[in-house]
Amino acid sequence: MAEEVKENDEKQEFWRWTESNWKNPDLKWEDAKIITAGIDVGSVSSQAVICADGEIFAYSNMRTGSDSPESAKNALNYALEGTNMPESRIDYCIGTGYGRVNVPMADRSITEIACHARGANFIYGNEVRTVLDVGGQDCKAIRCDEKGKVINFLMNDKCAAGTGRGMEVFADLLSVPIVDVGERSFKIKEEPTPVSSTCVVYAKTEATGLLRKGWEVNEVLAAYCAAMAERIYSLIERIGIEKEFAITGGMAKNVGVIDRLMKIIKMDPMKTKWDTQIAGAVGAGLFGYTLVQKGKGRK
Amino acid sequence: MITVGIDCGAKNTKTVVVKDNKIIGKGTSLTGFDQAAAVETSYNAALKDAGIEASDVGKIGGTGAGMDDIKQADVKVNEVKAMAKAANYYFPNARTVTDVGAEEGRAVKIDENGKVIDFAINEKCAAGAGAFIEAMARALEVDLQEMGPMVLKSDKEIPMNAQCAIFAESEVVGLIHAKTEKQDISKAIHDAMASRIVSMIRRIGVNKDVVMIGGVGLNPGFVDSLKKQLEIDELFIPEDPAYGAAVGAALVAAEEA
Amino acid sequence: MKGCDLILANYGYKDGSGEYFITIDTDKCDGCGKCVEACPGKVLEVGEDQNDPLNENEVAFVTEAERKKIKYTCGPCKPASNRPELPCVTACEPNAIEHSW
Repeated sequence: MAEEVKENDEKQEFWRWTESNWKNPDLKWEDAKIITAGIDVGSVSSQAVICADGEIFAYSNMRTGSDSPESAKNALNYALEGTNMPESRIDYCIGTGYGRVNVPMADRSITEIACHARGANFIYGNEVRTVLDVGGQDCKAIRCDEKGKVINFLMNDKCAAGTGRGMEVFADLLSVPIVDVGERSFKIKEEPTPVSSTCVVYAKTEATGLLRKGWEVNEVLAAYCAAMAERIYSLIERIGIEKEFAITGGMAKNVGVIDRLMKIIKMDPMKTKWDTQIAGAVGAGLFGYTLVQKGKGRK
Repeated sequence: MITVGIDCGAKNTKTVVVKDNKIIGKGTSLTGFDQAAAVETSYNAALKDAGIEASDVGKIGGTGAGMDDIKQADVKVNEVKAMAKAANYYFPNARTVTDVGAEEGRAVKIDENGKVIDFAINEKCAAGAGAFIEAMARALEVDLQEMGPMVLKSDKEIPMNAQCAIFAESEVVGLIHAKTEKQDISKAIHDAMASRIVSMIRRIGVNKDVVMIGGVGLNPGFVDSLKKQLEIDELFIPEDPAYGAAVGAALVAAEEA
Repeated sequence: MKGCDLILANYGYKDGSGEYFITIDTDKCDGCGKCVEACPGKVLEVGEDQNDPLNENEVAFVTEAERKKIKYTCGPCKPASNRPELPCVTACEPNAIEHSW
C-alpha cells in the first residue's frame, strides 16, 4: 500500500521494494573451493551477496539502518539465513558503497564505481557498456568493457538534482506518494515543458508558480520527471553512451523519469532476471573471488 | 532631473527615486509570481515616498532577474553594471564589490569611476545565495531574521560536508539530533555560505575598499564570517543594501538619458 | 599492465551553476605525485587505484572531501580573467589531468 508521503521523516521508506533474500537451489556451497562475500552499504539500502567460485550463491537486500556496521551485519546474516553456511566459511569479504569503510567483517573495501561495473557485467551479461545508477543521494554513470572493467565514469553526489532525493522533495511538495510519481506523470493530456531550474530549491519555487498558474499536479510531476531525465542525460553525456545500456538503483523503478530518459537516448534499457539493486554487492563478491584466485586475497 | 531605478529580484522588487544624485524615495514589494504587478506596487510606493507623480520622472532604469517584466523601464541595466555604479556612488574608494541576493551572488572589480573591470557570478545554484540561509533557517526552525544575530554568540567551528542546500538540510537535522546548539549550527551554515562567496570574490581579486550590497548585507552573521574569511577589517555596506542594484540602475538611467 | 586500457576518472559535479569536473586519465598517470605538490588547494592525492582494484600502479585522484567543492577550492587558480596555466596541469608531464571549466 502506498503510504502518505507528508509528515514522515523517513521519506526513503516510500520506495516500493521489500526486503528479500534468495539462495541458489542448484549450487552446493560445500563443493565450492572459494567462498567470497560482497556487502554494499548504501544510503538507503544494503545488500550482501555470497559467491561460490564466482557464481551467485545467495543474497539479501535490506534497508540501511542508522548504523552502517549494524546494517552490514544484518545484510550478511540475512543472506546466510537458511543456507547452513557458517560465516566463518567465507574466505574473503569486500565492502562497497557509501558506507564501505564501515563494514566490520570486510577484508578490504572497493569503490562502488568498480563494483557496479563488475556487477552489471555479471547480472546483465558482458554486452553491457554503459551503466547508470541513480540512488537516493547520488547519480553514477559508468562505461565499461566486456570484462566489466571501468573505462570512464563520473559520480555526482554534490547536488541533489538528478538524485532520488530531488524526486522525494517534489513528491513531498505535491503530496504525491513517491511510488505513484512515475505513473501519474503520464496521466496528462500533453507533455509539458520541463521545469527549467536545475537546482532543486529553485525548481520547487518554479513548481509552486506553475501550480498557481493553474497547472494540474500530474502536469507538474511530468514537467519535473522530464527535467530529471534531461538532467541525468546531461550527466551521462559527459562519459559518452555506448550500447548496451543498463540502469540500476532506486530511480530505475520510476518509469516517469526512465521512459523519458530512454526517449532522449533512443535506446532500450537491458533487462535482467536479477534484482538490479544487488549489482554493487555482486561486483564486490566477484572482485573478492578474482583477488583470492590471484593470491591477493589473503587476510 | 529625476530618474528611477527598479530592481526586480527573485524575492523582492526594490525601487528608488533619484533626484540630482540624491535618493529621495524608496519602495519595495514581494516579487511573488506576478512580477509585473510587483513592479507596479514597488514603483508606486517609491513615487509616494518621494512625493512625486509618475509624470515627474525623466528616465527609468530596470535591472534584476525579472527585468523583462519591468514594462516601465526606458533602459535595461545589466546587474553587474548596476552594482558597480551603486558601490561607486556610496563609496568612491570601492574597488571590489559583492552583491549577495536571494538567488544569486556576484563579485565585481571596479575602477575609481565605477567602471567594471572584471566580474564573477554564481547563479542557478542555491548553495551560493541567500536562498541557502533561508532553507537552513527552515530546517533549523529559526526565524530568518534571527539566523544572523545568533551566529555572533557562537565561537565554534563546525564544518559542513554537504554543499547542496537540499543535502545540507539533512545535515542540519542531524546536527540538531546530536544536540548541537542552534547558534553553533547557524554559524556553521553562515561560514559555509561565506566561504563560497569568498572563493568567488578571490577569483576577481580582493582590492580595497570592499563593498557589499544586496539583502544579505543586513545579516550580521554573514558579514562577520565574510570579513574573517576575506581577512579584512572593514566591509563597507550602505544603509539599505537591498536597494543597491536599484540605485545603480537609476544612476545609469540618468547617465544614458 | 599499463597502456592497454583507458580509464577516465571524472571527479566533480554538475549543479545549476555549471559543470565542474577534473578528469584524470589513469592510463597516462604514472603516479609521480608532482600534481599533488603543485596544487595549492590540496585537491589531489596519489594512492592505489580505487576504481580498478586489479591495477597495481598508484594513480592520482581528487580527494573525497574535495570532490563536492572543487569549483570553490580551485577558484584561486582560476581568476575570472587572464587565467594562467593551472599548476596541476602544468606539473603533469604525461598530460593526464584536464579541467572541464
